[in-house]
Amino acid sequence: MLAEQISIFIENKEGRLAEVTAILRDADVNIRALSLADTTDFGVLRLIVNNNDKAEAALRKEGFTVGRTKVLAVEVTDEPGGLNKVLDPLWMQNVNVEYMYAFANPQCKNAIMVFRFDDHKKALEILEERQIRVISAEEISSL
Amino acid sequence: MPIFDIDFETMPREGLEAIQLRRLQTTIHRVYATVPFYKKSFDAAGISPKDIQTLDDLKHLPFTTKQDLRDNYPYGMFAVPMEQVVRIHASSGTTGKPTVVGYTRRDVNTWADLMARSLSAAGAGSGDIIHNAFGYGLFTGGLGAHYGAERLGASVIPVSGGNTKRQITIMKDFKPTILCGTPSYILHLAEVADEMGVDFKDLSFTSGIFGAEPWTENMRAELEAKLHLKAVDIYGLSEIIGPGVSIECKEEQNGLHVFEDHFIVEIIDPDTGKKLPPGAEGELVFTSITKEAFPVIRYRTRDISSLNPTPCTCGRTHIRMTKPAGRTDDMLIIRGVNVFPSQIESVLMDTRETLPHYQLEVDRKDNLDTLTVKVEINEGLFSDDIKSLQTMENQIARDIKETLGVSARVMLVEPKAIQRSQGKAVRVIDKRTL
Repeated sequence: MLAEQISIFIENKEGRLAEVTAILRDADVNIRALSLADTTDFGVLRLIVNNNDKAEAALRKEGFTVGRTKVLAVEVTDEPGGLNKVLDPLWMQNVNVEYMYAFANPQCKNAIMVFRFDDHKKALEILEERQIRVISAEEISSL
Repeated sequence: MPIFDIDFETMPREGLEAIQLRRLQTTIHRVYATVPFYKKSFDAAGISPKDIQTLDDLKHLPFTTKQDLRDNYPYGMFAVPMEQVVRIHASSGTTGKPTVVGYTRRDVNTWADLMARSLSAAGAGSGDIIHNAFGYGLFTGGLGAHYGAERLGASVIPVSGGNTKRQITIMKDFKPTILCGTPSYILHLAEVADEMGVDFKDLSFTSGIFGAEPWTENMRAELEAKLHLKAVDIYGLSEIIGPGVSIECKEEQNGLHVFEDHFIVEIIDPDTGKKLPPGAEGELVFTSITKEAFPVIRYRTRDISSLNPTPCTCGRTHIRMTKPAGRTDDMLIIRGVNVFPSQIESVLMDTRETLPHYQLEVDRKDNLDTLTVKVEINEGLFSDDIKSLQTMENQIARDIKETLGVSARVMLVEPKAIQRSQGKAVRVIDKRTL
């Protein structure tokens, strides 16, 4: 049930992000979601795209170091407290978020949150128990 | 502690110098007659072999440089016909052509003797088991130590470099007592051992013989603490003979005894070429006086050291050279501290499986030198977690501070961000205008 994110190292300099997204555009890769974590010198760009293999090949060809990380994509209802429904049971059972970012599900009103937890196996069990919808890699590609 | 060749290694200076002069004169006559390069260079300097009447006259002879060896690639500097050459080694050739060196049967013999002396100075004897992690191949380290170990009568495990986990299993099972290798690889080995849950305390090592790259006293302290052994420095370069040109004795661990019955050592000012007195720091220059296939006259090593003629408590009368600090061609002075890129390289190597591309950038801001170390990210270093990348930057900066005593700003950069050059990697960009 895990989705996969690709990540790349980029230096913090003018126009760099646009260069990266242009590489993906030219490879006909659609970006579903992204987040950028940065320091003064560099950043790590994390991306959910419709075709990881194609994106990775195109970025590598341009000399980027590309990483792949398993993440959990979770549907969050569009209402007050929607996110807490997901987070509360997790932190209470000691599952912690390393980072997260969101994107809108084009097929309905709900948001999709992308999580990197410190324990994915346990997170999956808890979410299943609570009947919270986890979105698979295939589903993300076909959104 | 026993001395392998007690007669020659403890010979009174007077006798030693008489032997040196005789051997030097023979060598000079021979290279003049057999190697066109030396005939040309002596003639150009207006020196004839018969002008060498005392050891001090050596200073009138022209230097031989790495470039001279390259110009005569591959066999131009050989002083014997190939029928008499039994072994060939070569340097790595980071700037294009490697330098090729040859050995006659007697040279191989001499080298084995010198390495047996070296192992013995480090505390090894015929009862020891030697784990030889120097690379076997064109590089002189592996075979040099190997022949020396056999000459000494010790048992040698020819494990070579790499395959680190297997090396640790061998250390556990075969119980070697002497460890040989490059200090950076040995530190890596210690780390892998740690990951495997193997404590060197439980292994059988008593001495380690480390060399082939400059290493610091801090690294010695680290190696000795981690490996539970006495670490001694060995020096040599293929152009002179390979490892076994000089070695620290286990008693003092303070300066490397140069085997003066085979090599004459000088320290010169690298800018003027003038010979410097004992104690002064400068470039190491060697003349081989017993080699047959590949004799070298006043070879400029570009390594920085100084000479200490004070008698040593170990009983050896051979002069000591201080641990080489680095090379003349790449030394930087940052806030008064001598820094060699090779030292930064060791730090980067210490904690990582493969050496990342790196570059040092030196600048001056508000009259203060600044050092920035750019490190290229690679698959092995990359993480999608910012925190671990920052921790890595800080860790490298701390290691540099600890090993070199200078503060550096470590900056991770994208792959290929550091420009590649055709020849030798450009390791340093000095933006200071002094």
